[in-house]
Amino acid sequence: MSDTIRTAAPARAARARSGRVRSSGARSGQWAAWAFLAPVVLYLLLFYAYPLFRNVELSLRTYTVRSFVQGGAPFAGFGNYAKVFGDATFGPALWHTVVFTLVSLVFQFGIGLALALFFVRHFPLSATLRALFLVPWLLPLIVSASTWSWMLNSDSGVVNAALSWLGLGPVNWLTSPDWALWSVIIANIWIGVPFNLVVLYSGLQAIPAVVYEAAALDGANGRQRFWRITFPLLRPVSAITLLLGLVYTLKVFDIIWIMTKGGPSGASTTFATWSYRLGFGNLVPSFGPGAAVGNLLIVMALAFGLVYIRVQRRQALA
Amino acid sequence: MRRWKSVVGVVLTAVMLFPVYWMINVSFTRDTDMRKSPPNWFPIDGTLDGYRAVLDQQLPYLGVSLVVGLGTVALTLLVAAPAAYSLAKLRPRGGGALSFVLLVAQMIPGIIMAMGFYAIFLNTGLLNTVPGLIVADSTLAVPFAVLILATFMSGIPEELLQAARTDGAGVVRTFLSIVLPVSRNSIITVSLFAFLWAWSDFVFASTLDQGGDHQPITLGIYHYIGNNNQEWNAIMATAVIASVPATVLLVIAQRYVAAGVTAGAVKD
Repeated sequence: MSDTIRTAAPARAARARSGRVRSSGARSGQWAAWAFLAPVVLYLLLFYAYPLFRNVELSLRTYTVRSFVQGGAPFAGFGNYAKVFGDATFGPALWHTVVFTLVSLVFQFGIGLALALFFVRHFPLSATLRALFLVPWLLPLIVSASTWSWMLNSDSGVVNAALSWLGLGPVNWLTSPDWALWSVIIANIWIGVPFNLVVLYSGLQAIPAVVYEAAALDGANGRQRFWRITFPLLRPVSAITLLLGLVYTLKVFDIIWIMTKGGPSGASTTFATWSYRLGFGNLVPSFGPGAAVGNLLIVMALAFGLVYIRVQRRQALA
Repeated sequence: MRRWKSVVGVVLTAVMLFPVYWMINVSFTRDTDMRKSPPNWFPIDGTLDGYRAVLDQQLPYLGVSLVVGLGTVALTLLVAAPAAYSLAKLRPRGGGALSFVLLVAQMIPGIIMAMGFYAIFLNTGLLNTVPGLIVADSTLAVPFAVLILATFMSGIPEELLQAARTDGAGVVRTFLSIVLPVSRNSIITVSLFAFLWAWSDFVFASTLDQGGDHQPITLGIYHYIGNNNQEWNAIMATAVIASVPATVLLVIAQRYVAAGVTAGAVKD
């Protein structure tokens, strides 16, 4: 609105008047702009800020089922946090979260990049096959998780059947403490590859073909082309893919809970499943410590999330 | 060379999609063959018992998921479309800060939102209700929807909106009869994702609707796994049915899906 007025008032005589009109026009423009934003602001306050506030409040009080419903839970300060830090589950859960996240990321990214490089030169069927690769990412997580559960079943699973065909002994994928974490990592890698493939593929496509042609003229071989051109030019997209993957992997809960419930005996418990188990997984819920674990998870996710936003902003400016 | 690449591509795709094939294969396997070693690699002597069980027991769950999915799409668009228009074209003061908040909101783990919602819903009577689940599921989609729609809408040529203003259309009129129709593709993209996320949601369903009379299909499968560990053909048949929306999405809207993934990750 202010644009029309600005261009429509070139005459010097009209300047004083147009200044007044412009400022009132701008003000009514601001009113309209915020009227359109009002629903989302209200939404964010009610359905984001308020639940998060309740979550912080939960973590600072000692709740029982009774006081949860009726109110009046005593203030506990950082007692729940102290309890969580002192818990025997804390160390292993932190370690599992780190291993789960890093191993998943490395393989999702590595496989995704290899596939993106494979698909970037078109060949017959390439578009169709690339589309099919999206399937694991689009399936509901409960579907993927329950399919993997049955595939990894110790007695009747197809994975152990294939292993025995190769002459390898059966592995208790989901029921042995040594393997449970690796089983959920394998399933999570499978789910995450498509996302990495799609994003890295679009990053590869953005590299101009001219650069490769020039390198070919200069006699660069395939390996040189990868390390000297593709790798450096793909670094911005890679950084964003990895950081976003990090934030998303930290909060993975469904797959682990459906496949192992964090067990056996806590062998695949991460912060996300631990928080859920404390709050919802037992007959007697401990909301306070559960919320405390959840808030620790938020801090971790947001720390990396802010790094992501910084990197993205810097790239947008560059 | 190119044909050789096609062969490798088909093999890689087959490896990647093996779990999906296995889900379909098991859904047709007879109970008596379920624990056979080695398993049947193809559904010879197949049975439709699993699918019969789905028709008998899972239809109400599927209905609830459909309602929750459509409700989530409606709520998401209602909140997100005006906001995106404002951020893209009306230059609100503080709009940048709001975009930042939305970006951060996307990163909050669902399990934490679930605990906060549980406390609130318990006191307001929304626990174990379909509207409650729709509200919770929409939080998965609203920030994404605003950011994606704003990105697309900022590409609408300024001349188009000015022409509308010259013809005397107000902001609301411009939004309804110019901006919305022009943004059809991005609205489809956002709707597809919102539906799929609500349809697939397990975290909110299992925390906020555990004791509800109307439960979504994700809980239907979850109860199946917990209760009758033996009938894996029925579990996998339900899983196949639950995957139908994802498949439909891929077939009819593949380019929107790829656009949504990359827009969410690379642009802001």
